[in-house]
Amino acid sequence: MRYIVCIKQVPETTDVKINPATNTLMRDGVVSIINPFDMYAIEEGLRLKALHGGTVTVLSMGPPQAENALREAIAMGADDGILVSDRAFAGSDTWATSYTLSMAIRKIGTYDLIICGKQASDGDTAQVGPGIAVHLDLPQITYVRKIESLDEKTIVAERLMENGYEVIQSPLPCVLTVVKEINEPRLPSLKGKMAAKKAVIQTWKAADINGDPKCLGLDGSPTKVVKIFTPAPRKGGQIFQGDPDEFIPEIVAKMKDAVLGAAQ
Amino acid sequence: MSDPIKITEKCVFCGACVKACPFGAITQAERKTAPVIDLQKCTLCGACVVACKFDAIWMKEKASTGIDLNAFKDVWVFAEQHDGDIQSITYELLGEGRKLANSLNMKLCAVLLGSNIQGKAQDLIARGADKVYLVDRPELAYFQDECYGNVLIELVNRHKPNVFLCGASTIGRSLVSRVAVKVNAGLTADCTELAIDPKTLNLLQTRPAFGGNIMATIETPASRPQMATVRHKVMKESVANPTHKGEISMEAIAEVLLQSKAHRLKFIPEVESTMNIAEANIIVSGGRGLQSVENFKLLRNLADVLGAGVGASRAAVDSNWIPYSHQVGQTGKTVCPKIYFAVGISGQIQHLAGMQSSDIIIAINKDPDAPIFKVATYGIVGDLFTIVPKLTAEFKKILGK
Repeated sequence: MRYIVCIKQVPETTDVKINPATNTLMRDGVVSIINPFDMYAIEEGLRLKALHGGTVTVLSMGPPQAENALREAIAMGADDGILVSDRAFAGSDTWATSYTLSMAIRKIGTYDLIICGKQASDGDTAQVGPGIAVHLDLPQITYVRKIESLDEKTIVAERLMENGYEVIQSPLPCVLTVVKEINEPRLPSLKGKMAAKKAVIQTWKAADINGDPKCLGLDGSPTKVVKIFTPAPRKGGQIFQGDPDEFIPEIVAKMKDAVLGAAQ
Repeated sequence: MSDPIKITEKCVFCGACVKACPFGAITQAERKTAPVIDLQKCTLCGACVVACKFDAIWMKEKASTGIDLNAFKDVWVFAEQHDGDIQSITYELLGEGRKLANSLNMKLCAVLLGSNIQGKAQDLIARGADKVYLVDRPELAYFQDECYGNVLIELVNRHKPNVFLCGASTIGRSLVSRVAVKVNAGLTADCTELAIDPKTLNLLQTRPAFGGNIMATIETPASRPQMATVRHKVMKESVANPTHKGEISMEAIAEVLLQSKAHRLKFIPEVESTMNIAEANIIVSGGRGLQSVENFKLLRNLADVLGAGVGASRAAVDSNWIPYSHQVGQTGKTVCPKIYFAVGISGQIQHLAGMQSSDIIIAINKDPDAPIFKVATYGIVGDLFTIVPKLTAEFKKILGK
């Protein structure tokens, strides 16, 4: 079994602050982390490896410093890491990103499961996992909260829906995107950290993955960001304290119309 | 490969681009030197190009796609149905789609996939659809990624819509991500605002990113359809008008497109009796301040009176007081109800990311410095165990229950 886990390095969003003078995001000094949902994807790969054997390859597309994210995954127990990094990828939207990752996966060649986090915490699109599946002409199970069974040919997994869950069976290879409920990511072990230090991270450029230039970066991205702005910060409203018997009728009266309008 | 963006000799070192860059990718060492763009941080968003008054920043133009944009007509809406029930997000999309169709002078069409679903086409027409593309097949009784995707890909290629909207639901996001890749369309996730640019007639798609800390407006300038998923509860539902006329187009689909490699074996509805929080107009959420699983009963009582869904902070979910599907926030769900009660929730930024676009927020917390009060419309400082029952009783009175 070969599990490929796709990860993204993202800013630790809790640290993203808005500079009041320039109205822009201050990203200097912001720590980069593995996208939180990808931690569950890595853990699931490692868990499946422990149960069924095989290897876990972590794959990331990003700038050279994304190598750190791959080393972190190796410290958790992944076997090897591949970074796809090239200036030609600049400006990639989810179309070009999923194309680029799918070409890297083709280069890897053999695999049984591709595991992604359900979405990244910076872009929040949830589009890259299914995009990889389509580029590779593979079935997908999104929002996986549990893998019920896995053998050489088939996976059965539970997909979290808004009103319950589905049990889905798919032949391998297959693309999964996972939610938080699936597991609890482990901490890196000392041995893992040593391995991560020594690990050789392969770096692939556009030419290495046979990428068609018109499908990469800006040219491969149908969407274009035309404006970025900070939403007006939400202002705090009225604060009530003291004797609840005094202010509760007041609050309820203020909200009456809204509640009647919203009642279902 | 040459750099896709650079600062040219027209630069007068004014530093406007440094301030304009939302990603902190441009720095200027001194007042009298040209700024430098860090290509590792740059996303080619173009904010600096717009900000530069001296036309000094060159950015690579996108290669032409050679697509005839005029060949693409009409605004499409994917009609999400569960067990034959049209989901309310569909009516929200029809409400918003109508405005876009009018701006473009195009038809508003709904795409309905299902089994024995023909009777529902009329509902969509009453809600504003001028045309319903209907595929009625047993294989489409419930959502399956591959065959639903294949059918939509086929219909897009056959009829060439200009705009294609879908709910940003579990189904919507799983489905149209596949379609957009296959038809080479731009797809923007989780939009909260849509408009047509009067000059270019492009769809302007505005969405939150970084957990709502920034907003981005996105266009698909050179390819069609322009696809977007739309956040639930943001757009206004269209009102049913039984006299509205529309046509139903029964679409034939080749058998091979209805096959799936993956199969649903079963569906297990959630046991928690309260409403799906993505659908709820009112959400009552609890956090660490509730102290125990039993105390969630207080919230359920309030939720029952209000007809609300029950949500939770990460702390409450991690304590196993309530299932993960109720978690609101960065690693849970993003919700946008009319009214959001945050009970015993301090308001960490990850939680705020999931609920701060709610219309009205009521926070109850004993700590007057809790960050939740910074976003609350009404903040109540006090003991939730006293306040929630009193609120419940008072709402019961006014709602006549």
